[in-house]
Amino acid sequence: MTELTALTAAGTAASIAAGDVSAVEVAQAHLDRIEAVDGRVHAFLHIDAEGALRAARDVDARRAAGQALGPLAGVPLAMKDVVVTQGLPTTAGSKILEGWLPPYDATISARVKAAGLVMLGKTNMDEFAMGSSTENSAYGPTHNPWDLSKIPGGSGGGSAAALAAYEAPLAIGTDTGGSIRQPAAVTGTVGAKPTYGGVSRYGLIALASSLDQAGPCARTVLDAALLHEVIGGHDPCDSTSIAQPVPPVVAAARRGANGDLKGVRVGVVRELAGGGDAAAYGGGGGYQAGVLASFDAAVHTLRELGAEVVEVGCPHFEYALAAYYLILPSECSSNLARFDSVRYGMRVGDDGTRSLEEVMSLTREAGFGPEVKRRIIIGTYALSSGYYDAYYGQAQKVRTLIARDFAAAFERADVLVSPTSPFVAFGIGERIEDPMAMYVNDLCTLPASLAGTPAISVPCGLSDGLPVGLQVMAPALADDRCYRVAAAFEAATEQFRPPAGVLA
Amino acid sequence: MTLTYEDVLGRYEPVFGLETHVELGTESKMFCGCSTRFGAEPNTQTCPVCLGLPGAMPAVNARAVEDTIKIGLALNCSIAPWCRFARKNYFYPDMPKNFQTSQYDEPLCVDGYLDVDVDGQNYRVGIERVHMEEDTGKNTHVGGATGRIHGAEYSLVDYNRAGIPLIEIVTRPVPGTGARAPEVARAYVTALRDILRTLGVSDVRMEQGSLRCDVNTSLSPVGSGAWGTRTETKNVNSLRSVERAVRSEMLRQAELLDAGERVRQETRHFSEVSGDTRPGRSKEEATDYRYFPEPDLVPVAPDPAWVEQIRAALPELPAARRARLRESLGVSAEDMVQMSNAGVVDLVGETVEAGAPVDEARNWWLGYLTQKANEREVDAADLGVAPGDVARLVALVADGTLSVALARQAVDAVLETGHDVDAVVAERGLRKVSDTSALERAADEAIAADPDAADKVRGGKAAAVGALVGAVMKATRGQADAAAVKQILLDKLGGGV
Repeated sequence: MTELTALTAAGTAASIAAGDVSAVEVAQAHLDRIEAVDGRVHAFLHIDAEGALRAARDVDARRAAGQALGPLAGVPLAMKDVVVTQGLPTTAGSKILEGWLPPYDATISARVKAAGLVMLGKTNMDEFAMGSSTENSAYGPTHNPWDLSKIPGGSGGGSAAALAAYEAPLAIGTDTGGSIRQPAAVTGTVGAKPTYGGVSRYGLIALASSLDQAGPCARTVLDAALLHEVIGGHDPCDSTSIAQPVPPVVAAARRGANGDLKGVRVGVVRELAGGGDAAAYGGGGGYQAGVLASFDAAVHTLRELGAEVVEVGCPHFEYALAAYYLILPSECSSNLARFDSVRYGMRVGDDGTRSLEEVMSLTREAGFGPEVKRRIIIGTYALSSGYYDAYYGQAQKVRTLIARDFAAAFERADVLVSPTSPFVAFGIGERIEDPMAMYVNDLCTLPASLAGTPAISVPCGLSDGLPVGLQVMAPALADDRCYRVAAAFEAATEQFRPPAGVLA
Repeated sequence: MTLTYEDVLGRYEPVFGLETHVELGTESKMFCGCSTRFGAEPNTQTCPVCLGLPGAMPAVNARAVEDTIKIGLALNCSIAPWCRFARKNYFYPDMPKNFQTSQYDEPLCVDGYLDVDVDGQNYRVGIERVHMEEDTGKNTHVGGATGRIHGAEYSLVDYNRAGIPLIEIVTRPVPGTGARAPEVARAYVTALRDILRTLGVSDVRMEQGSLRCDVNTSLSPVGSGAWGTRTETKNVNSLRSVERAVRSEMLRQAELLDAGERVRQETRHFSEVSGDTRPGRSKEEATDYRYFPEPDLVPVAPDPAWVEQIRAALPELPAARRARLRESLGVSAEDMVQMSNAGVVDLVGETVEAGAPVDEARNWWLGYLTQKANEREVDAADLGVAPGDVARLVALVADGTLSVALARQAVDAVLETGHDVDAVVAERGLRKVSDTSALERAADEAIAADPDAADKVRGGKAAAVGALVGAVMKATRGQADAAAVKQILLDKLGGGV
C-alpha cells in the first residue's frame, strides 16, 4: 500500500497529466501491490505486467511528445475475465476456455486501450458469470479484502476485490442480474449497471444476451462515471446498442458531490426494503437486520440532503427472481452451445475411437462446472417444444409487468432506492450447496436487470463490520440521475469506503 | 407389380409444396462484413462473428433485408412492419454457434403467390412466407464409403459459407394440379428463378447450390377430401430433378398405399443417378430446435415509405415482360407456349430488340440454339450465345455475307471460343463464296470426280445431286451457298425441274 495505490482514478490521472508522477510508476506501484496481496485475495486470474508497463510507457511518451491525453490516461484498470482481450487469456472463469487466446478485442477492451488506460490483468469471476460469490470460478474463489474468510460477491468478485484491496483504482464488470452491484455492495466499492444498450456487448462472452450489460467499477462515484464515459456509447457491432450519446454521468457526479439533492424525488421501493418476503424463497434468505438499519439510515441521509422521499409499490417485483431464473438459463443454454471443442478451447476424448457427439459430450461434461450445467439443463428444458409458452414466454410477460411497475414508480419519483443486497458478505462455503440461498443474493438487483434500466451501488454503512450497499435506480437513459444521487450520498458518508489499511 | 403414372392418377390426387433456399448475391455475409465470394481457399473468408467466437455478435446486413423485401414484393407478399430473428438450436460442427440464426414464426414477407404457366394453363402457387437466415459451413467427410459423416475417418469444415445470407421461400401446399403436378412444380421453380435473376438478387445457380429445393409431396385417395402424409425430398438440384422427384414420390407413395401400408413422414434424398428418392433422417426422431427470439438482434422494422420506394424501383418482372413481348412481337399463343417451354421468350424478345425480325429470332432460338443447348445439357439462356450475337447473324445472312450453314458454323465457333460473332467470322474467314466462276469450276470438278452420280442426275434421279452438292461444299470449305450450288449442278446436268 503506497500513496500511489491509494489515489482515486481522477487523482491519478491528474497527477500523471501534471507530470507529478509517470504512468509507469503508477503501473509498477499497482503491480507491486498485486504481487504483495493477491496471493491472499486471488482477485486476478491473469496478470499482464509486461502489457501494462508497455501501455504505461506509451502514455508517458505521448505526454512527453505534448499530445493530448484522455481524462483517464495512465490509470490502471482490472478487466473482468468475461471480456475478450486480444492475445490475453480469456476464460470467463471456466476450464472449457483454458488456454484460449482471443484473436480480437471486445469493443470495451479497444475503448479502454484507446483511452490510454493501463490494463493490469483479468479478474476472477463465477464461471460464465453464473453466481453471486465467485465460488463458482473453476480457478478457485476470490477472498473479500474486508475479511478473507468471506465471499467478495459475484459474479464479478475479482473486479470488486481488486478495488477493495487497492490492487487497481478501476475495474470493468458485467452485470446480468447484479454481478456488478452486489460485489460492489459487499466490498464497499461503487459499481454501476448502465442502461441496457448503453455500453457495447460486442466481445462480452454472453451469459444472457437480453440482460448482460458491462459497466464501471471503482472506489468512488466520480471514478465510475469517468470510466462509464470511456466505455459507453453506440457500437455498430452490437445491434442492441443504443444510437444516442452517453448520458452526462461525469457532470452529474460532479454536481452531486456538492451534496445538494433539493427537489429530487427519491422513491423507496416497499417490496425491496424488507417489506417483501425474501425468506419465502427459502434458505433463510431474509433481509439482515443490519442491512435494513443501514438502509433506513441512508434514506434518512438522503432526506437530510434535501431529497423528497416517497414510498412506492412495485407489486410485480416479487416475480422477478422466478422470471429471471427462466430467462437467464434459457438464453445461456443457447449461448453456451458453442463450447463444443470443435474450434477452440478444451477437447476431451478425441483419441480416434470416439464419435464427434461423444467428444462434444465428454468435453462439456469435463469443462463445465455444476452451476453451469444446472442452468444449461434448466434452460434446455424451459425452451423445449410444449414448455416454451409456460416458461420462457410467461417469464417475458413478467418482464413487461416489471417494466410497467418501474414506469409507474418513476411517475412519482426521479430515482428509486433499495438495499443492493439483502445481506452482507457471507462465509466462503456457507451457501454453495444451496442454489436457492445463493440466488436470493440478487433479489434487489434483478428488477432493474429485467427492465433494462440503470442502477448503481454505493457504500452506505457497515453491519457487523462488513459493508452494506445502497442501490439507486433510474429510468432508461437517465443513468446520470443514479450518479448524481450516489455522489451526493457518497460526499456525506465518506467513512464507508474500504479502509486504506485493509491488508496493509 | 409396377404402377404406371396413369394408374396413380386414377386413384390418387397429388399435393406438393416447395421450400426453396436462395443464396443472396450480397457482397458481404448476413451478420458480418466477410466476403461471400464463391470458390476461395477454405476458411479465408471468416471473422469472429461467422466463426461464432466467444463474445462475437451479429449485425444485420441491410442489403440482405432490402433484397428479401424485393423478393417478397415480386411474389405479391405483404411485408411485415416488424419481425424478428430466432435461434434454431442444434449441435452440428458446420454451425459455429450450434444455433442457426433464422426467422421462425415472424418472417419478413408473408401471404403471396406466383402464377405459373404450363402449356398455356395458369396455376396459382400460394407463397406462405419468405424469410431470412444464414447458411452453415460446409463439411467434407474424408474416408469411408458414403461421403457421409458415419464411417468417415475425419471431417473438414470450411466456414467460408457460414453466414452467407439465405432466403427461404415456402409455398403453401398446391392441390388440384393432377397429372401436371411434376410439371407445375418445375414451372414454379423456373418462374421463381427467372424472377430472382430479374431482380438481380442472386446468381441462382442450382449446380453451385445458390438455389436449392426441398420438395414436399403427398397423395390422397381421389375424392377423400383429406390430404395424405407428406414426405420431404432434399437434394433436388436441377429443374429436371424437381419434376422427377415429384413423379417418383407419387409412384412410390401410391405403391405403399395400394399395398395398405402407410407413408412415413420423413426426409428423403433424391438421387440424380437413379431418379428416385431414398430415406434420410426420420422426422419422428427429429431434434427439438428450441426456437426462441434472437436476443442479440433488434427487431427488423422496415419503414413503409422505404418499402414503397423499393416497390417503385422493382424492374419489370418476367410475367409482365412476357405479356408485353407477346403483344409487341405479335406471336400466336401457341408460339408463345412453345417458346415458353423452351425457355427462350426473353431471348427472342431481346434478339428482336437488337434488330432481328421476329420470325428469324424465333427460328434461331427454337431451332439450332435449342438443339445446341440440349446437346450441352444447359438452358438456352446459359448457352453462351447472346441475343445480340443472334441478331448480328440474322443481319449477316440477310445481307448475303453468310449462308445459314455458315451462320451455324459461326454459332459453333462462338460456343468454342467465347468470342463474339464478328470476331469469329473474321478469325475463321467465314464468308459465302459468291464468285460464280469459282463455284462453276468446283461443280465441274465434282461432276468429273463422281461420274456415276452425274449420270443418275442426268437420268432424272434429282436426289442424287446431294452427293455432288456435298463435294462442292467440301471443296469450298462450306462457304458456298448450298442452294446456289445445287442450282448450278442441276443446270449443268440438265436434271433440274
